[in-house]
This record gives sequence, structure tokens and C-alpha cells, in this order.
Amino acid sequence: MAGINFKLIKNPLSKENPITVQVLGICSALAVTAKLQPAFVMALSVIVVVVFSNLIISLIRNTIPPRIRIIVQLVIVSLLVILVDQILKAFVYDVSKQLSVFVGLIITNCIVMGRLEAFAMNNKPFDSLLDGIGNGIGYAVILVTLGIIRELFGSGTLWGYNVIPQSFYDMGYQDNSLMIMPPMALILVGIIIWIQRARNKDLCEK
Amino acid sequence: MQEIINIFVKSIFVDNMIFAFFLGMCSYLAVSKTVKTSMGLGIAVVFVLLITVPLNYLIDNFLLKEGALAWISPKLASIDLSYLSFIVFIAVIAAMVQLVEMFIEKTSPVLYAQLGIFLPLIAVNCAILGASLFMQEREYNNIGEVIGFSLGSGIGWLLAIVGIAAIREKLRYSQIPAPLRGLGITFIITGLMAIAFMSFLGIKL
Repeated sequence: MAGINFKLIKNPLSKENPITVQVLGICSALAVTAKLQPAFVMALSVIVVVVFSNLIISLIRNTIPPRIRIIVQLVIVSLLVILVDQILKAFVYDVSKQLSVFVGLIITNCIVMGRLEAFAMNNKPFDSLLDGIGNGIGYAVILVTLGIIRELFGSGTLWGYNVIPQSFYDMGYQDNSLMIMPPMALILVGIIIWIQRARNKDLCEK
Repeated sequence: MQEIINIFVKSIFVDNMIFAFFLGMCSYLAVSKTVKTSMGLGIAVVFVLLITVPLNYLIDNFLLKEGALAWISPKLASIDLSYLSFIVFIAVIAAMVQLVEMFIEKTSPVLYAQLGIFLPLIAVNCAILGASLFMQEREYNNIGEVIGFSLGSGIGWLLAIVGIAAIREKLRYSQIPAPLRGLGITFIITGLMAIAFMSFLGIKL
């Protein structure tokens, strides 16, 4: 083992970010980010699933027949998701209710399947583990950013605590309730992509 | 009957899969470059939804739910297998997609040539699994309502992807700032379309 390959963790954070560059796992990123807390819990669950599924698939990659690899991947991912779902239901029931079907949808989250297909199937377990961590965190960064922006401007709170002082409201400041509606999530992701590509010209499409 | 029509209309416009729940965004973004291909994918999604959601409803009601096994013997009434629903649903979807693909290949080569490449993609489209999970969460009363819901969601998804494809075909001729080109502008336009669809929220059904 020739040391840790830091590129595998660093790249997904910016120039190979799973959401804004690889366009994987958009569905859940938009739906759960109206508040910070569910966004954070969701990000954590996805990190767990992507790391362990990458590790497991990479360990058994040489024994999986290529024709049925999708089914094998789906089975392993769904087992991990069932575990995560049961743990969430047991320890943070309120958040699990808020996330509703989106915990189950981690199974078909393209990040998990995408990384398994693109990386874990042809790389060593330790590298796959790092790749999983990197992509999971890259996903988490976007989710938490969206969660912070939408909760702060949409309901004036963070993690459920009031952040915007009452005097602001007295002066006529109002929460932008469009922020917690679905369309604003799409527009915000569009803006994040815009900012990122404006700063890194290599990513622009022709 | 009226209830079924309500659910059908509601799942097309108000609870639209893309604009209200962002389900199936990955293929929505990837395959919406031309109207023709997006039409093909949309029809395939309607087709698969219409088969898998009612099937999953039956499985959920007669095998997985708490007390669902009572029809075999009253002793089994206390068993609750609902924690297995994720893995069973995804297995049903993957198997059905495979079956549908083989069936279409045998019966209608023309349709197969059009849908063929999209069908395998659909197994991992979150709209399909999402519809099954919503069906489970919303607890519909009978299979008629479930069929109305699945058909409506499928048509809503078709509507969304064909709409964005038509807009993207025109966008090719417009001057967009380089960093916004492609993905960025697609997101923003989808957001604007979603705002338009929000006007249906006022409809009381």
C-alpha cells in the first residue's frame, strides 16, 4: 500500500463533484434540502451507503459474473439501505418521517450505482473506499449548502433555531416562502453550477 | 370512479413527479436533448410504471404489510415484513423491466428499436421506485386508485420530459453565457416550468 491517494478524496469535492459535474443523484439532493437537518441526515446516510457498497463490491468484483452485475449491485445496495432506514427509524424517527420515501430512493440514487459501475468494479478495495468517501462528501457539501441557503432565507431558521432577529421582521423583512418550494431548489442548483463553471472554465460545455 | 379520476389528474399536474418531487431527474437531464428520444423514454416510463406499481401494490397488500399474511392462515397475521419492501420492490422492478424488454423484442421489433436502449435505464430510474414507495406511503384504498395514480404519474413525467426537450431544441440557437450552457440553464428552466406548474396547486380535487 503506497500511501493514501488523496486525489480520490479531493477531486470529487470540486472538479469532479458528483452533483454539479457528474450529474448524479440530483433527485434526492433537491427534495430533502428545504431544511438543514434532513439534508444533513440524508447526506450522512448516502455517505454510509456509498462507502460500504463501494467497499463490498470492490472486494467481490472478481467473482461477479458481468451479465448479472446490476442485480448483484442492487441487492447489496438495498441491503445497506434497509439497514440505514431501520437505524434512522429507531434513533431519529422525526427526521425519518420527513425524509419519507427518499431514504428508500438511495437505492436508485445514481451516485451509488454510478460509482459502483465506474470505479468499484475495476479498482482495489482501499481505493474504492476512498472514492466512496470522496464522492459522499462531495454530495454532502452541495446538500448542506442548499439546506443552509433554503432554510435561512425560506424560514429564517437554521437547524430549527431562529437566526434572523425579531427586529428584522419588525422592520418589514419577510421570509421568502418560495425558497422552501420545489422550484427554487432547481434554480439554486442551476446558480451553483453557474458559479462553479464561471470559476473553472474547463468545465464549461461547448 | 370519481375518486380514481381525481387521483389521475392530481398526479399529472399537482403531484408531478419531476416538478414536485424531482424523481427521475438523472434520465430527465441526460435524455432530454431531442423531442423524439425523450418521447421514447417517456412512453417506456409510462409503460413500466403501469405494470410495476399495481404489481407492487398487490405484493405489499398480500405479502408484506402487517397482517397481510392472514389469508394463508390466521396464525401468520402478526407477521410484519414491511422492512423487506425496498428489496422486494426493486427486485420486482428489475425483473419486470427485463420481462417487458424480452416481450417487446419478440412481439414488436419496431417498438423495440425505439424503446430498446431506454428500457435497461429504467430499472434504476428513481421515478419508478419512487412511485412504488409513494403508493405504499399514501395507502390507496383499492387497485383502481393505484392504477390511476401510476398512469397519472407516468403521463406527468412524459409531459415534463417532452416539454423540456422541446425547449432545449430551441435553446441551441440562443446566446447563453458559457458557464451556464448545458446543465445550468436546463436546471433554471426546469425551475421556471415548476413555478408554472405550481399554479395547479390551487385546484381542489
